[in-house]
Amino acid sequence: MSARIGVVTFPGSLDDADAARAIRIAGATPVALWHGDADLHGVDAVVLPGGFSYGDYLRCGAIAKFAPVMSLIIEKAQSGLPVLGICNGFQILCESHLLPGALTRNDHQHFICQDQKLRIESTETLWTSDFALGQEIVIPLKNGEGGYVASEATLDELFAENRVIATYQGGNPNGSYRDIAGISNKAGNVVGLMPHPEHAVEALTGPTTDGIPFFASVVKSLVGAS
Amino acid sequence: MARVVVNVALKPEILDPQGRAVQGALGRLGLGGVTDVRQGKQFIIDLDGDLEGDRAALMEKLAEELLSNPVIEDFTLTVEN
Repeated sequence: MSARIGVVTFPGSLDDADAARAIRIAGATPVALWHGDADLHGVDAVVLPGGFSYGDYLRCGAIAKFAPVMSLIIEKAQSGLPVLGICNGFQILCESHLLPGALTRNDHQHFICQDQKLRIESTETLWTSDFALGQEIVIPLKNGEGGYVASEATLDELFAENRVIATYQGGNPNGSYRDIAGISNKAGNVVGLMPHPEHAVEALTGPTTDGIPFFASVVKSLVGAS
Repeated sequence: MARVVVNVALKPEILDPQGRAVQGALGRLGLGGVTDVRQGKQFIIDLDGDLEGDRAALMEKLAEELLSNPVIEDFTLTVEN
């Protein structure tokens, strides 16, 4: 039986269908989760997709963290459930304090939408193990509030503990401190990423297929564990 | 009846691109000598009865956990009972 990976749809989520498609292409079964669900339907991992949950009201991800399904995900993530937050999902993970720091408005004040070069800085997480360390990839980046900020002490800790999983290459697109594009928690099961791997899984619709290994990584770890 | 006013602003060390854009606009519209602009949010919350005891403590907690993000923002809370 293939791994079952949940994709949460909040009111205002945009990229849930693409996330489900990426999961399918990576060889797993996507399971639709609704923000009001009080049950994770036995999924083996969860993707929090991009978009504008609850209209980005208050702060990006601030209301989503109190959704019924999120209280379950937060609890399970703390005991090892693999969770990938992409863009708005990354914002939700920071607001939920599963990941440190916060995402703020791009320093240049403009929304950006472009194909972005990244370098994979850690392959020690459940979502990046299928990459080669130092591998350069190109996947879409589209955000208005993608500037990663954290205290100097937190930034030092993230690098020292090998928890920066990807950095921006070829210029910093949004003012993220130390060019950080994605980070993980200490255990490596929770990853937040501002660019969008789920939009780079097919030659027809993406700039590359460089996004597949994020999903293939977790599928391999789930299959290996079962 | 109580009124609670919560003001939320980005911490001084966090870049405020919106404030910077407003600062630029003020200058272009002829206001000289603007040295800084920080943009924040204000929540005006009306409640039945006085705010005290457990409800006051919960209000303070929610100002910190919902209305602001302590990683990047500071807040002030004032109560008019």
